[in-house]
Amino acid sequence: MNQGFSIPKFQLPGFVARIGEKLPQWPHAVALTTALNAAVKLKLLPEDSLAAMEGKTFVVQVYDTGGQAAFTYRGGFFRPLFNPAGSPDLAFRANLSAFLQVATRQEDPDTLFFNRELSIEGDTELGLVVKNMLDAIDLTQLKLSLPQLPRLPINLPFSQR
Amino acid sequence: MDRSSLPDLVCPAGSLPALKAAVDNGADAVYLGYKNDTNARNFAGLNFDPKAMADGVRYAHGKGCEVLMAINTFPQPGRTADWRAAVDGAVELGVDAIILADVGLLDYARNRHPQQRLHLSVQGSATSYEAINFAHREFGVQRAVLPRVLTLAQVEHVIRNTPVEIEVFGFGSLCVMNEGRCWLSSYATGESPNTVGACSPAKYVKWDKTPAAPGRPGQMETRLNGILIDRFADDEPAGYPTLCKGRFEVQGETYYALEEPTSLNVLEILPEIIKIGVKAIKVEGRQRSPAYVTQVTRTLRAALDALANDSERFHVKPTWQAELAKVSEGNQATLGAYNRPWR
Ligand code: SF4
Repeated sequence: MNQGFSIPKFQLPGFVARIGEKLPQWPHAVALTTALNAAVKLKLLPEDSLAAMEGKTFVVQVYDTGGQAAFTYRGGFFRPLFNPAGSPDLAFRANLSAFLQVATRQEDPDTLFFNRELSIEGDTELGLVVKNMLDAIDLTQLKLSLPQLPRLPINLPFSQR
Repeated sequence: MDRSSLPDLVCPAGSLPALKAAVDNGADAVYLGYKNDTNARNFAGLNFDPKAMADGVRYAHGKGCEVLMAINTFPQPGRTADWRAAVDGAVELGVDAIILADVGLLDYARNRHPQQRLHLSVQGSATSYEAINFAHREFGVQRAVLPRVLTLAQVEHVIRNTPVEIEVFGFGSLCVMNEGRCWLSSYATGESPNTVGACSPAKYVKWDKTPAAPGRPGQMETRLNGILIDRFADDEPAGYPTLCKGRFEVQGETYYALEEPTSLNVLEILPEIIKIGVKAIKVEGRQRSPAYVTQVTRTLRAALDALANDSERFHVKPTWQAELAKVSEGNQATLGAYNRPWR
């Protein structure tokens, strides 16, 4: 997946987050859960990991875009949570660059966690399940099944930190 | 030096993508385990189910890479059958070797599958050539993985006195306490690598963060079953939540009383390791992601190939060190026991 380009570590300017926080948050959750449900449908996510996620609530927060997605997994589907109550069972928080580096398998989440660039809060075992589940997705399979997978922007128009 | 005299590069695979990453980036062998407590990296969501296992073996063999199956925990009372079934399954899959620690299981494998190649796991804790030769004589063990407690001179001494191939650790997080004999995890949680296949299992781990300024990581505390293991300042690199890597108050001073969170990195002594006749170099980290496996395998492959091309003029490239430093736990590397002056 990581062919010939690499995502630098960067941080978006503060005003992006200040604007982002004011925008409605549910579109992120809808986009994320749609993608996850596609992966479930393609049987890319192992059954035992999904079973461990049943009924749990998750938050993915991108610091520098001010974006946040809350969702749960119930009855075979990932579902967005529009009014998440209380603290989630598991929260991943990081800047956009860190999430992109993890998503493209350019960096190991453990590396980012040790370097304090990725924060994992809540149920540690659940965190490990999710991390290992994402690691276990064979991207070559995903590419075969989804030939139209959107390419990531190669030239990111942000300054490198 | 030609490539065939290089030691094998043995890389970790906790998932199918990690296995492919190792194979594609130049591993000579990969090691893996089942999704259960028969292996010492029994982490939630990690490892191979039967289908992924079969796919993985096929992929590796298709590209000329060996597959080593780790069944390196100790059978628990009343459940010996599970471990034996794991051994039978590995033989059926056609793995190139099975890595075992328990003498009962070694005995079983030897008698049941006399043709199967067996390796002695680091969890078997054989640090002397007498112990290794015993495993060779009794169970036909053909390779032993040495615990990370010996100096280079001691490793050489072992090699000179045994017909068994010797494998050493080349890179990865350090588990220092006489592998296979550490009680720290059991002390805190009642569970240990030998019994459940994981040190400091995640269900006992709690990372507590104090709210930080925007864009800052903030202070973080690690607790293992309630025991405070470490407290990291804002932006300070963190380590694995194991007792051995905690900071404790000892006689009024707080410091890493057992071991600092570091990674072993043998790049600097690679020529010596080869000279003394080490047969295989192992990379730790089945719990890590495909990205880690890619980075470490690629780097060690480049270093080994550079040595094969021109051992006289071998020098460690700064880019290799940078690549390895990035993925290191605690962001620092050490030669571990290999260059320790004391024994
Ligand atoms: S506590 Fe440390 S030394 Fe002991 S088994 Fe765990 S990682 Fe290894």
